[in-house]
Amino acid sequence: MEKPSAGLWRKIKPRYNLVGSQCKKCGSTYFPPRIVCKNCGRESRMEDRQFAGDGEVVSFTTIRVPPDTFKDEAPYIVGIIKLSEGPNVEGHIIDNGRKVEVGTKVKAAFRRMYVDGEEGLIYYHYKFEPI
Amino acid sequence: MMREVAVIGVGLSRFGERWNAGLKELMAEAGVAAIEDANVKSSDVEMLFGGTMASGRFMGQEHIAALMSDELGFRNIPAVRIENACASGGSALRLGYMSVASGIHDIVVVGGVEKMTDVTSAEAGTALGGAGDQEWELFQGITFPGLYAMMAKRHMHEYGTTEEQLASVSVKNHDNAYKNKYAQFHKKITVQEVLDSKMVSDPLKLFDCSPISDGAAALVLAPLEVARKYNDTPIKILASEQASDTLRLAARESLTSIKATSIAAQKAYKHAKVSAKDISIAEVHDCFTIAEIMAMEDLGFYDKGKAAKAVENGETRLNAGISINTSGGLKGCGHPVGATGVKQAVEVVWQLRGEAGERQVKDARIGLTHNVGGSGATAVVHIFGRAN
Ligand SMILES: [Zn+2]
Repeated sequence: MEKPSAGLWRKIKPRYNLVGSQCKKCGSTYFPPRIVCKNCGRESRMEDRQFAGDGEVVSFTTIRVPPDTFKDEAPYIVGIIKLSEGPNVEGHIIDNGRKVEVGTKVKAAFRRMYVDGEEGLIYYHYKFEPI
Repeated sequence: MMREVAVIGVGLSRFGERWNAGLKELMAEAGVAAIEDANVKSSDVEMLFGGTMASGRFMGQEHIAALMSDELGFRNIPAVRIENACASGGSALRLGYMSVASGIHDIVVVGGVEKMTDVTSAEAGTALGGAGDQEWELFQGITFPGLYAMMAKRHMHEYGTTEEQLASVSVKNHDNAYKNKYAQFHKKITVQEVLDSKMVSDPLKLFDCSPISDGAAALVLAPLEVARKYNDTPIKILASEQASDTLRLAARESLTSIKATSIAAQKAYKHAKVSAKDISIAEVHDCFTIAEIMAMEDLGFYDKGKAAKAVENGETRLNAGISINTSGGLKGCGHPVGATGVKQAVEVVWQLRGEAGERQVKDARIGLTHNVGGSGATAVVHIFGRAN
């Protein structure tokens, strides 16, 4: 895997603030950001698009056998969230005691994701909280 | 003008945790068997296509195709490695097919290999995670079982699929593997044992997941017009098709269907001039139990939402309606990722020749293989038939 820190900083805007992209030509919205619009190909005209962060759960699961980077966080819930502006986004679902089901309404929040054991760095990321 | 292509030789290594066999031993085991089966001389082979997903991650060894060619004694021929995640083997077969069909080469060897058990299961999981979108899926701790679990949960939500039905896929595939001497597992299991196995990522338990495996597989291809010179029972490749899609599961149109599979399958049926109903045996990509159910639907064997019930009813067991994963599939036979797509073709060839022993399907005439990369970003479909 790439160095986790490099992969974090390179995508800091989308990871911290849920900034994706929108095609000025056809209006399609994307998260994470894309350089080429799937509809318009070489005619793409992309600009940044801030997503509000509300959406609903399309599917979800609890990860009980995590990759090494998340070994101290397991078990944790992840899901695919349909954002109100259109695109589907993968992310963690915060366990706040509310029941998570297909269709549960969620809101994006900025939270600690994991601590890098070697460097002791704390990584933050968007997550989704059931409301 | 395109030439017709036949498989004239097949070979497998035993699948499983092969602690005393490295990449070279595994490749030689399968490759020598295929060349002997084809009755070709090493010097007849003109090119080698080798599928492997992550030999660098698993073994620190890249440049696998030249290594494979040298180990098999093919002197100085062109050799190319193909990496397409878990569909590396199927993709290698398609390229081998294209090179013979085009008239560029006559005798071509297609190999697939993966040696996965020298690393810890967490390291293996991270290596396999690279088949998805590393930046957005693996980076957030979303594993492959996690991705397929989300497909399973959505399938259950939309179609009422049950955990017992998922488990019945695993039970059937273990039954078939029991009859396959190359398989990793020779142990029959029950639905209850699957349900009681350790939860990995709900609703998928350990016995819903294919294992970490070592293994290799090989095929020898030739133009159909000369195939009988080498082999009395050449098997014709009726179609070879492939499609791609987004690496990210979240970006797909549907979580309950793999679009790349349906696209590749429809093109393959059209090219082979057959329909899903004509297929009597199929090796489908059951990396997780839900994947076999989605494959049965996406390949057109069953309507959407009907496949899970069919498995539970035993309709896909040996010699039932359509026999699916007669080898034991990825679940029962094992899943050395780069070898899997090639192994599927080996099994279909044995079945069509009538050489599958205890697991032989009666009157198997047309067979299909379905090999998926990642959570569905690549799908490869081949259709095979007896030469006449
Ligand atoms: Zn556009």
